[in-house]
Amino acid sequence: MQSLVYILPEIFLFIVATVLLVTGLFLKNIKIVNLLAIFSLLVAVFLILNQPFQSAFLNSFVVDEFSLVLKVMILIGSIASLIMFVSSKDDLNINIYEFPILIIFSTIGMMVMVSANDLLAMFIGLELQSLSLYVLAALNRNSLLSSEAGIKYFILGALSSGLLLFGISYIYGFSGNTNFNLIAVNINPESLGLIIGIVFVLAGLAFKVSAVPFHMWTPDVYQGAPTPITGFFALAPKIAAMGLLVRFLFNSFGEIYIDWQQIIFFISIASMMLAAFAAIAQTNLKRLMAYSSIGHIGYALIGVACFTDEGLRSLLIYLMIYLIMNIAVFAFLLSLKRNDGYFESISDLSGMHKNHPLRTMLIALIMFSLAGIPPLAGFFGKFYIFVAAIESQMLFLAIIGVIASVISAFYYLRIVKIMYFDEPKEEFDGSSIKSLNMLYYPSSILIIIFFIYPSPVINISEYAIQSII
Amino acid sequence: MSEIPILSILIFIPVVGIFFMLLIRNNDDQSSQNLKNTALWITFLNFIISLSLLFSFDLNNPDFQFVEKYAWIESGISYHLGIDGVSILFVILTTMLVPICILASYESIKFSVKEYLISFLALETFMIGVFCSLDLVLFYLFFEGGLIPMFLIIGIWGGERRVYSTFKFFLYTLAGSVFMLLAIIYIFISTGTTDVETLLVYNFTTNEQLILWIAFFTSFMVKIPMWPFHTWLPDAHVEAPTAGSVILAGVLLKMAGYGFIRFSIGFFPDASEFFAPFIFSLSVIAIIVTSLIALVQEDMKKLIAYSSVAHMGFVTLGIFTFTVQGIEGGIIQMISHGIVSAALFLCVGVVYDRLHTREIARYGGLVSKMPFYSFSFMIFILASLGLPGTSGFVGEFLVLLSIFTVNTYFAIFATTGVVLAATYSLWLYRRIIFGALIKDDLSEMFDLTRREIIIFLPLIILTVFIGLYPKPIINIIEPSTEKIVNQIKMKLD
Repeated sequence: MQSLVYILPEIFLFIVATVLLVTGLFLKNIKIVNLLAIFSLLVAVFLILNQPFQSAFLNSFVVDEFSLVLKVMILIGSIASLIMFVSSKDDLNINIYEFPILIIFSTIGMMVMVSANDLLAMFIGLELQSLSLYVLAALNRNSLLSSEAGIKYFILGALSSGLLLFGISYIYGFSGNTNFNLIAVNINPESLGLIIGIVFVLAGLAFKVSAVPFHMWTPDVYQGAPTPITGFFALAPKIAAMGLLVRFLFNSFGEIYIDWQQIIFFISIASMMLAAFAAIAQTNLKRLMAYSSIGHIGYALIGVACFTDEGLRSLLIYLMIYLIMNIAVFAFLLSLKRNDGYFESISDLSGMHKNHPLRTMLIALIMFSLAGIPPLAGFFGKFYIFVAAIESQMLFLAIIGVIASVISAFYYLRIVKIMYFDEPKEEFDGSSIKSLNMLYYPSSILIIIFFIYPSPVINISEYAIQSII
Repeated sequence: MSEIPILSILIFIPVVGIFFMLLIRNNDDQSSQNLKNTALWITFLNFIISLSLLFSFDLNNPDFQFVEKYAWIESGISYHLGIDGVSILFVILTTMLVPICILASYESIKFSVKEYLISFLALETFMIGVFCSLDLVLFYLFFEGGLIPMFLIIGIWGGERRVYSTFKFFLYTLAGSVFMLLAIIYIFISTGTTDVETLLVYNFTTNEQLILWIAFFTSFMVKIPMWPFHTWLPDAHVEAPTAGSVILAGVLLKMAGYGFIRFSIGFFPDASEFFAPFIFSLSVIAIIVTSLIALVQEDMKKLIAYSSVAHMGFVTLGIFTFTVQGIEGGIIQMISHGIVSAALFLCVGVVYDRLHTREIARYGGLVSKMPFYSFSFMIFILASLGLPGTSGFVGEFLVLLSIFTVNTYFAIFATTGVVLAATYSLWLYRRIIFGALIKDDLSEMFDLTRREIIIFLPLIILTVFIGLYPKPIINIIEPSTEKIVNQIKMKLD
């Protein structure tokens, strides 16, 4: 019974989701369901912040500084996508009250993921998250693209879950345990079976964070899913899977880091480079953001590959900045609306600074930030990543990283070019949506003024990592 | 140490100005005029404040003055500002050129005035920041941050091939600079600090120096620019609006020269000594090759852009002699070039505004229609080719003097550059100003307006003043330069 206290936020959200599911049937007003969902997520944030640090259920579920910070980030991402949903549900044809409920379920899954300290807890969290996401991707039943995205995501996701489970069984078979800490204690560095297990689990997790070579689903799903859901994909699940990856690797296989380090090393380089080149040819903004997120995950993985506290700290800084930048980008995407139709092609942005000077200026700065140009926040994310890489003697990763960031600057610049240098088109009318502005302006201003006072983000990251290393 | 954080004020006044600009909403002619006036007054105020630096600057103190230091990112990386004799003139050059640029844009910028002025103000913040920062991360922040407004200035208000040019400019400089970032991070990790004052007395091992020097060099080489990585510069100049060219030639190129003096030779004297012949060769090649290229240009701006590369060759020559004269010469050459080339681009802008072409062949015989213009243009052309009595001579002379003491061969080749400079400059002048006024559309040309005279007057005065009486300038530069040279000598021994 004692243990239940430690999963109070999860239980709370679960109850809320179930209640909303039933009441939603009778309450015809989706807005209220959505508001209640946002409110309960805020309550969950409050609960998380006041939780005692402890491990529960025979140490298979831990509540510590790391999980606290990641959970708050995940909840911020979920809240942001619910706000995006409410501003666009009518026009996007996704007027379905299950949306907030599915988001909550998926959020619970992610919260379990970042707290999981056991292979089984990890799998449960992962599946709860993924199953909700499969449905979310296909939510727009009438759209062929959305259904395709859902099916594609589901099939590939199921495959990756299979790989993951296969890997878990190997690890269990060769170490005799499912608990991360016990695996670490009973580890046999010579065991080949264990390595095979790690490889399969990593393949499954790489799929979830959409790292190359398991990224194939990302562009299609990003493009096909309705934009608020794409935003959700970009924000929360990446963070959760990254947290899980870190805990899995650091807690149980810290001793044989030499073995998995090379794998992370490779997928990090592959993600950065592939994303940098592949994004150049994109014409759809959401597809471009898909490749952009692959690239960013590549950078974040450098932080994992370092296997130092410096690396972990930089990873968290990076993820936080990534979260804020993506909130801004997707809020911006949703404001590209004219006569109840949404625009997502890059060429639709043409010359929009004439009609929307302030909004365009901010998104241009966000693009520069994504490219990692100082003094914007994105630069600091990369800066810390490179500090970590060089500190742990991985100069090669850092060099590839800067080269990839120069190449990727090209496609971010192309967006700025189209917005500023090309001939203007008709005005968009999305700027009047208050709830979107509530996301867009604060997040972009945060990105711009980050350099004045970066310490909070750094301190939070340092606070978070103390429970891992 | 003054109580007022005057450098921070200088850096952030333009930012405050940006907020004012954002408040001006309407988009009609009246409000764009208001915007221009506001920007002009803000930048002019900044110029006045920067002049106060000169008065309270202690000439006998070779160390950093007006120092400000606050904790910033974490221990080792702080918000650390300060200027010495090397950087103070660049700060004033910047604050002087920005109002001139805004004044020069009064007529020529017709659309998106607000964004244009905001870009310029942001650029001013970054440029002043570069010369004031005494922390490598802060320096990098300002150094790279300047790319964003410049990218927009060339890209939005530029000429026909502006997209190509601005991408080339941005990606070239970014690609050069990222390696400097890695070097800065390496320095941070191995020494635990990025504080310039600390690092200036830190001794890196020779191997470290070689690698780090190359990393810094790639960045500055692209930015200054040195042959063979200069090709972005003519493109950027040709397509940029007049004011963009002015700021590019006047200040942005100097950031790299300043970086060479402050960081490359200050931190890595062994490596600098090792690579000095390499730099000399590149510089001499740059001086001769780009001068020859300048000879055959059809486009005025391109010609001046190539001459900039040649002039910057003298700067690098001077800096890497490690002599007081050489470095002083380099600095004066940069200041002079900042004034003269800026003025030359303004001269091009004047006729471009009237005829909308930069093709040299379209002009000829302007002297009969535009006497004042011809006179100003002459002063700057003569200064550009280094005629005694103009600012161009002082710098070039000191540089040649110092390089002669180090290596005669390089000196001989470099001197041929002076002859070539005279050739292309005078020929340019002859083709535009002299000859008979036979082309029909030129008969409509009118002489400098009052606004343009106000722009040119301070530049002419400065050019002649520095040329005739360089002593005050040298007095400012000398103590800090001597300190730098002594430090290098000490480290080398």
